[in-house]
Amino acid sequence: MATPEYTVVIGLEVHVQLRTESKLFCGCSTAFRPDDPNTQTCPVCLGLPGSLPVMNRKAFDLSVQTALALNCEIARYTRWDRKQYYYPDLPKAYQISQYDLPFSSKGWLEIAADDPAEPPRRIRITRAHLEEDAGKNVHDESGRGADSRVDLNRTGTPLLEIVSEPDLRTASEARRYLEDLRSLLLFIGVSDCNMQEGSLRCDANVNLHVHNADGTRTATPIVELKNMNSFRNVELAVEYETRRQWKQWLKTGQKIGEVPKQTRGWDADRNETFGQREKEESSDYRYFPDPDLLPVTTTVEQIEEIRRSLPETPAVRRERFRSVLGLTDYDTNVLLSQGPALTAWFEKVSQLCGDGKLAANWVTQDILRDLNADGVTIEEFAVTAEILGTLLKCIQTERITTKSAREVYAALRSDAAEEKAIAPADVDRLITERKLEIVRDTGAMDTAIAAALASKPEAASDFRAGKQNAIGPLIGMIMKQVGGADPKQVRERLIATIMAGA
Amino acid sequence: MIVRQSAGNQEMYSSMNRPLTSELIAQLQSGETTSRQLVENSLRRISELNGVLNAFVSIDADGALARADEIDQRRQAGKPVGRLAGLPVAVKDNMCTIGLPTSCGSRMLKDFRAPYDAHVIQRIVAEDGVLIGKLNQDEFAMGSSTETSIYGPTRNPWNADYTAGGSSGGSAVAVASGMVPLALGSDTGGSIRQPASFCGVVGMKPTYGRVSRYGLVAFASSLDQIGPLAGDAWGATLLLECISGHDKRDSTSLNVERPDWMSQLDSSLKGLRIGIADEYFVEGLDAEVEQSVRAAIRVFEAAGAEVVPVSLPHSKYAVATYYLVACSEASSNLARYDGIHYGHRAEKFSDLVDLYSQSRGEGFGTEVKRRIMLGTYALSAGYYDAYYLKALKVRRRIREDFDKAFASVDVIAGPVSPTAAFRLGEKLDDPLAMYLNDIYTISTNLAGLPGISIPCGLTKARLPIGLQLQAPALEEARLLRFAHQYQQATQWHREQP
Repeated sequence: MATPEYTVVIGLEVHVQLRTESKLFCGCSTAFRPDDPNTQTCPVCLGLPGSLPVMNRKAFDLSVQTALALNCEIARYTRWDRKQYYYPDLPKAYQISQYDLPFSSKGWLEIAADDPAEPPRRIRITRAHLEEDAGKNVHDESGRGADSRVDLNRTGTPLLEIVSEPDLRTASEARRYLEDLRSLLLFIGVSDCNMQEGSLRCDANVNLHVHNADGTRTATPIVELKNMNSFRNVELAVEYETRRQWKQWLKTGQKIGEVPKQTRGWDADRNETFGQREKEESSDYRYFPDPDLLPVTTTVEQIEEIRRSLPETPAVRRERFRSVLGLTDYDTNVLLSQGPALTAWFEKVSQLCGDGKLAANWVTQDILRDLNADGVTIEEFAVTAEILGTLLKCIQTERITTKSAREVYAALRSDAAEEKAIAPADVDRLITERKLEIVRDTGAMDTAIAAALASKPEAASDFRAGKQNAIGPLIGMIMKQVGGADPKQVRERLIATIMAGA
Repeated sequence: MIVRQSAGNQEMYSSMNRPLTSELIAQLQSGETTSRQLVENSLRRISELNGVLNAFVSIDADGALARADEIDQRRQAGKPVGRLAGLPVAVKDNMCTIGLPTSCGSRMLKDFRAPYDAHVIQRIVAEDGVLIGKLNQDEFAMGSSTETSIYGPTRNPWNADYTAGGSSGGSAVAVASGMVPLALGSDTGGSIRQPASFCGVVGMKPTYGRVSRYGLVAFASSLDQIGPLAGDAWGATLLLECISGHDKRDSTSLNVERPDWMSQLDSSLKGLRIGIADEYFVEGLDAEVEQSVRAAIRVFEAAGAEVVPVSLPHSKYAVATYYLVACSEASSNLARYDGIHYGHRAEKFSDLVDLYSQSRGEGFGTEVKRRIMLGTYALSAGYYDAYYLKALKVRRRIREDFDKAFASVDVIAGPVSPTAAFRLGEKLDDPLAMYLNDIYTISTNLAGLPGISIPCGLTKARLPIGLQLQAPALEEARLLRFAHQYQQATQWHREQP
């Protein structure tokens, strides 16, 4: 394999809206209500004259929790700065943010390497800081040039900015970092990470380190990529940008610092990046400490308290699924990728039936298939974790066969489809009604075998003469007699009886 | 009904009769007068004098009378009445009120109506003060003469050719001319104390954080503080007690218990130490002002206080420091007036940036623009360290000067302003001369300390002279006590225009 001509260097800036009841500096709701603009506002988030911000400690603690999950150091002393710029969606003409003293820094997130044989990659996190979100400018999209409008419902929503070091090396790594970060945020419950509603947004800084013949490397200008509204688009944009920058390097030989930092948008329709107005380098945000807010101090005890209340991260859960439940990496990945609700559902089933692998098989196959088919979420699914757990427990204790369990499951599903209420007790009822219980009483089986042979004596002689399928009808008769008998056992016992009678 | 006053009536007004707050409360309690009568007196006084003095910019006559009647009825029914007892009160036009415009003396907010009441308004209402109207000020409280208001200059009742001082000129004049017994001003660098001094009333700037700023339109957040103006120390004490205390809506509001200042007013000054800083008696200080201030200090000595020299070596940097800190914060605080959400919007503009620049260009006056530009410059990349950060460092030094001085004295005494009131227009085109008028008051704000201005004399031209007292943070009690004791021994606060 030829030595690569360059290394791709990617750093990501992710903005995540924290799931708090109220905004960062006032008591207004943070609910997403695009159809009722400017209904979740007050003098503070409207930036009216005379209004003053008061920090929502819950939002702050939630961001500390997130930073701890990202292995960050938490600053004992942090403060708020004003980032000043004019835009209609920013009613104070400054955003309360954190500049030189962010509340957390120096963390990392571990992601799988592109090559599964390679050890996981630890992506360093430069800092995570808290700020207030801006509102939303709503432009006339009819092309008739009507007035733009401003919706300030979102203004003041707590926003966590997570900045990675430029440690990512491929577009797929960038995507995986985002997927794992999203998974982490979902599992610790700090954000709903809904990219469509804008609760998770991502910008990427991309450039190349060109490998020179003499062994040195030359960095090309850094380009900031924006407008990527899905992880797939981040991956595509970085891939595109890599190719574009390489061509650009071959053509111009421009190095970092020789041209101003460029901002490029991603056009998902044309599958290409395009240059945006280069205003960033000329803007001076004139950061200074917000005199309306006090610095925030956090004691070691407070940090430990928050750490103790930190829900299990996906990484810890992954390890537990592997070592305690004995799940395969594949099953674990499938489960975790479905998010916290399904994973919690799985864990309940696993606990109830006492067999993680059995539960994982059912959840990753039957349940995911049916969720998909019905187009519902796990919360809306009629077969509850209690019902499935009860059913699987019957397999686990060898009360019924897997085949019988599928029959019961199908019956439950069709009852639910007919809008009948179903409950864990229905599992037992169906097993009994359908005589699915495995019969270990050999006496009853032997009686049934004898009766079957007596009613069809020619079957035994046919079998002895070599007609293997001659006993098929006999098995059917016996099974009918002792519902729930294991067909394999019935077959073995029947053959033994026929041969003994020879 | 709201009556917007405008200058025009140049007739001279009858001589003043300005009862003190304590006298009015006594009359209310004895039934000698009613809140309605006091409000009617106020309204009459305003209609007589405001045409010349231009202290009020908006008046809520109907609302005030209705309020007064309601309080009178309660009193007559023997029900409890708040500490302000139905007294007429007026506030500077930078405090948000639901019922009246809050213009800050600016074209930018000329028609702005706040959808909420400032904390101090809620406190006044809770204590049964009757809000008469809003008072003139320098635009966005930036000035020392109440000449930069969109409503025109406020005039000094002692001589209408002279300024009232500023920026709370309307507040000082309203009290000095007997329009209202009590008023609120805001003080960022001397804006309560200097006009109080120019108009011969008591004006106090409390410790930073003592009074909630919620609903005070910000000029410089780390310096702004609301305070009372009254005819005497007793009135100032009453109003300050009513408005101070913790408010969780202002993060910089101090969560400390508010002492009972009133009960300490009568304590003797015996054994207390008054610091005199050489730095306050330097070139530029008018001889008549110096004489009156030194005479006042002798009154304290006679009352048993001891005079101790102190040094405030960094006070010479106070003006420069102040204008960097205050303008930096102002440039940020005033950025929200962009013509988009509320306030003045230019009629003609070509695009978004033009909308901003036209609206702000038209909405703000010269002095406000000057300070926004200065502050924007001081916060700009490449200048931040040399200006803003440096100013913060000097600010700390100034605070340390006070800490050192207060280790050996209880209060520091000196002039409020280098001169008595100056003529209208005299310094309007000389910003530096205007800024230097605040030389003795601004370090109090930089250090976050309480300061008070009390009348201590008149010039030969019969213009009031003010004495300033400063105390350590949260020691308002000392200032009010010194002021009250001084007024027990002298009659300067009884002088009327």
